[in-house]
Amino acid sequence: MRAPADVLVDWSWLGDHTSVVTHLAAEHVKLTLIAVAIGMAISFPLGVLAHRHRWVYAPVNGFAGILYTIPSLALFALLVPYTGLSTTTAEIGLVSYTLLILIRNVVAGLDGVSADVREAARGMGYNDRQLLWRVEIPLALPVIIAGIRIATVTTIGLVTVTALIGHGGLGALILQGYRQDFPTPAYAGGALSVVLAIIADVVLLTVQRVLTPWAKPADVRHQVEAAVPAALAGA
Amino acid sequence: MITLRNVSKQFPGSRDYAVKDFSLEIAEGETVVLVGPSGSGKTTVLRMINRLIEPTSGTILVDGTDVMSTPPVELRRRIGYVIQSIGLMPHRTVAQNIGMVCALVGWNGERIRARVTELAGMLELDPELLGRYPPELSGGQRQRVGVARALGVDPPVMLMDEPFGAVDPIVRARLQDQLLNLQSRIRKTIVLVTHDIDEAMKLGDRIAIINRGGLLEQYASPEEILRAPASAFVADFIGAERGLKRLALMAVKSVDTEPGPVVGPESERHAALEVMRSHGTDWVAVVDAGEHLLGWVDARGLSGHATVGEAEARPFSAVVSPTSSLREALDAIVTNRTHVAAVIDDGRYCGLLTLERVAQELTAT
Repeated sequence: MRAPADVLVDWSWLGDHTSVVTHLAAEHVKLTLIAVAIGMAISFPLGVLAHRHRWVYAPVNGFAGILYTIPSLALFALLVPYTGLSTTTAEIGLVSYTLLILIRNVVAGLDGVSADVREAARGMGYNDRQLLWRVEIPLALPVIIAGIRIATVTTIGLVTVTALIGHGGLGALILQGYRQDFPTPAYAGGALSVVLAIIADVVLLTVQRVLTPWAKPADVRHQVEAAVPAALAGA
Repeated sequence: MITLRNVSKQFPGSRDYAVKDFSLEIAEGETVVLVGPSGSGKTTVLRMINRLIEPTSGTILVDGTDVMSTPPVELRRRIGYVIQSIGLMPHRTVAQNIGMVCALVGWNGERIRARVTELAGMLELDPELLGRYPPELSGGQRQRVGVARALGVDPPVMLMDEPFGAVDPIVRARLQDQLLNLQSRIRKTIVLVTHDIDEAMKLGDRIAIINRGGLLEQYASPEEILRAPASAFVADFIGAERGLKRLALMAVKSVDTEPGPVVGPESERHAALEVMRSHGTDWVAVVDAGEHLLGWVDARGLSGHATVGEAEARPFSAVVSPTSSLREALDAIVTNRTHVAAVIDDGRYCGLLTLERVAQELTAT
């Protein structure tokens, strides 16, 4: 049973396909979570390293910047001969695009810790490890989480593109809509993807507020506003 | 308690010495102020004591141990450190900030809480502030939290780098008084850096005046420095009001007061006139058997009376106590347009301090 193409949204189709849509949404979330988690696992140590040893920053940032500029379709086309139409291919692409934002924000967050605080902590007898984990990272957390928010929202959008190599979560619906000249799944996929992005953003913002009760929203905004254009300008 | 022996520091890439051949002996429980113009290396000297900067040559001993043979982290936990910008941890509450070093050395929560409460009391910090975050505090409160934090594990030595530089003059004066008061009770060995000579005079038991390039020009008590500046640089640095600053440091009791022309109320008029004549004055002070100063009378006031007690004694306008500074005494004398102040200790007459006597101290070297 198919509705004519001129009907904008065929609600009955949605009602019949709830389980498929839910499954794709879950896959979408999973692809995003894995991408951001791996991205963070790579970016965090690199960011800490770049903060400690300035010379590391330029090559790391340059490499992440180059990855960021490769069009996603081109990247997947490059990878398929090696890793096939696999989740690995999808994740390599997704992770690549998180790195620039995450590394920049880790470094910007750590750099934002005032010299007075560092000096006082050293003067009181903090060793390097204690300084990093008890002072620098907690203070950098608002900016780091802000980076995770941007990376997550970006990734949720990007996941739809991986539908082209057979994954893509809700992106599969969008693709299906175009292929069958039937807009309902495309609209549903697009709208749900936007909803997921908004939910993720609000959840992460809440996590940040809970983890950093001392940080005033305005302060975080200033730091992020300084870090994000820098990240994008470098891209 | 702290010994610096021929300490020099040359920063990499600089041909000039930041500190050159610097030696200093600091006794236990003493407050020593390092004072000098910017570029004098005074902060470098301070930071070499807790190894935030390491000397190029020379030896620094803290409590008999060479600092270079102590791991820096261990050394710093035994030395309180206060800096001008304070550097409170913005992500920790006031209580957590004060208890920071205690936590670092592994005290349990209960012991830390008790110590934090004690320190808050010592520094007159409202217990209500303990749960707040540092950005919510005033400058003066933050500075006191900084001092409390440095006192955390009760270190024998405190290093203070321009601790009151960032607060307004009124708060600064109050914090200085509080530090003096606190120090009189806890008797730490304090090394304090400032560029403000008046702060140095007020706080220091001894002052080290340092010239550019880390040259020690003079190391002595404030009185000694004002009385006998060791060099033209020192004289210039302590400024033009040297004499007045010195008077501010000297108590009335440190100079000999004169008994002055004194009679009892029972004295007869002719005896009083005789006392005036022998002192070259035209008045006498009236002091009763209980050593209470009743006032003064002159020859005109005595006329027609048989004894001093019958005449009306007029009160001294300038009255000071033995613990007043000579500067206060000078102020009392000059503003009352007289030339003598009565020295009264808890109601008891001690003598007279004349303008001439104060002027003598003002110009003494």
